[in-house]
Amino acid sequence: MSGFAHTLTQVSYILAAALFVFSLRWLNRPETARRGVAAGVIGMAAAVFGTLLHPEIASYLWIVVALAVGTALGIPLSRVALTAVPQRTALSHAFGGLAAGLVGIAKYSLWVGDGSLTTFRITAIVIEVLLGFVTFTGSLMAAGKLQEIIPTRPITYRGQNYVNLALLGIAIVAGAGLVIDPSRWPLFAVVVALSLAFGVLLIIPIGGADMPTVISILNSYAGLSAVAMGFVLDNMLLVTAGALDGASGFILSVIMCRAMNRSFTNVLFGAFGQVAASGGRAGEQKAVKSATAQDVADLLANASSVVVVPGYGMAVAQAQHRVREIYDQLVKRGVDVKFAIHPVAGRMPGHMNVLLAEADIPYESLVEMDDINRDLPQTDVVLVVGANDVVNPAARHDKSSPIYGMPIIDADKAKLCIANKRSMNPGFAGIDNELYTADNTLMLFGDAKVMLGEIAKALSEDSGLGH
Amino acid sequence: MHETGGPDVWALLMVFLLAGFVGFQVIQNVSRLLHTPLMSLTNAISAIAIVASIIVTGEQRTTASTILGAIAIGASMTNIVSGFLITDRMLKMFKKREPQK
Repeated sequence: MSGFAHTLTQVSYILAAALFVFSLRWLNRPETARRGVAAGVIGMAAAVFGTLLHPEIASYLWIVVALAVGTALGIPLSRVALTAVPQRTALSHAFGGLAAGLVGIAKYSLWVGDGSLTTFRITAIVIEVLLGFVTFTGSLMAAGKLQEIIPTRPITYRGQNYVNLALLGIAIVAGAGLVIDPSRWPLFAVVVALSLAFGVLLIIPIGGADMPTVISILNSYAGLSAVAMGFVLDNMLLVTAGALDGASGFILSVIMCRAMNRSFTNVLFGAFGQVAASGGRAGEQKAVKSATAQDVADLLANASSVVVVPGYGMAVAQAQHRVREIYDQLVKRGVDVKFAIHPVAGRMPGHMNVLLAEADIPYESLVEMDDINRDLPQTDVVLVVGANDVVNPAARHDKSSPIYGMPIIDADKAKLCIANKRSMNPGFAGIDNELYTADNTLMLFGDAKVMLGEIAKALSEDSGLGH
Repeated sequence: MHETGGPDVWALLMVFLLAGFVGFQVIQNVSRLLHTPLMSLTNAISAIAIVASIIVTGEQRTTASTILGAIAIGASMTNIVSGFLITDRMLKMFKKREPQK
């Protein structure tokens, strides 16, 4: 009987592994993506039911209670505003890390008692606990910064990297000591404590603009901690799912690094935030040309092609629905409207796409940076809303600029550029943006939601008149 | 605890390697449009750690292991429920251009 249950469990795991791969395969394109979610849910349900058949389960009480609590927490977390999705994601990485770390402690305490800690098992447990708890506190810190509970500016001090590396070194030495003699439980406590501390210290020096990269790296760590858990428990399904998650986080990290012109090692050693800290170069004040909402409405209505460059500022101002109204008005007049999406626009990979999709902007109109840059020299009007550093031409030619080398959206190459900003204050990185003083740029000063609302109103009033 | 006498390290490493390759291949093709849902979906999938937590909790070997396991189940279940639900919620928003009226 228990042999039969064991077979059922294994079959459910194989089914789950296959469905998880299909799930990601279907996520490749928006047309099939929701099928991917369904496949993931079925795979997960199969694996959980398969596990509940496990003959070693003596009591279901705490399992059921914990499942109920998790469900009760999960439902509200799935209904957060889309601007808060990065925080939710960071929080879920924290939960993933926590689960890995706690199971590692539980297995250590069980195995150290009955003397079955082989070298392989203790090595895997040390890695699991290290990755799990670093991910846990690191992600909590990231979530805190994104939610602005913790100051978003980078907190740096002299010798920070040395302190961090020293802590990591001590944790690794303690881990090595454990591998030699697994019964030295105080060393295990040291590994746990240092991992928790290291996660905090790793994220403290990181500024808000680097969050897309940080979230991706933590995603990768969370996946790898699940892999380590699979090694500890001899569970191939865990290894498979964790590897998929880890690969995904790794790919996203690389994309984010490239989009900010950072090397991967630079990011891995937690040296981010330095670029942001070195900004603040005061430039000479050049004359700025400004326009009214009515002017902008006229310019947009008379253009044949318009590209909107949205940044996180648009989402903060909740202006995406006003953008959608302008989009509707222009499309009605036969204007070709596209959106230029920089990979690091927003607070996590793909964030801007989700925010615009929520405002009912069709996804065919959302164009990646490299593709839109080819079209921009022929574009009549570019409208920059809440974006700053990703359209700063200094990144192309000014070697002294902190963002030099970062790929940007070439808004300055369009025939006319209109930039909406609250004031002339510099953006995140504290760098002057020469785009605003360029000859072909008009500034539209004011709150994005208000100003775009006025443009949309002017456009809709016009539409009845004229031709 | 296993009839086979301990885990097969090499088999686990092989699975890790192959799953990593599959992951790279499949995820490289995910449209950049969907990178946010991708992260929430992979997050829900890696919460498969719940199966390990269920066994640790259900065995009830010691009070400590039962409590730690139960917290881990709660954390994983939160990720599963919120991860799948929010992924689907976001994907529903991605619409094609409507035909011109």
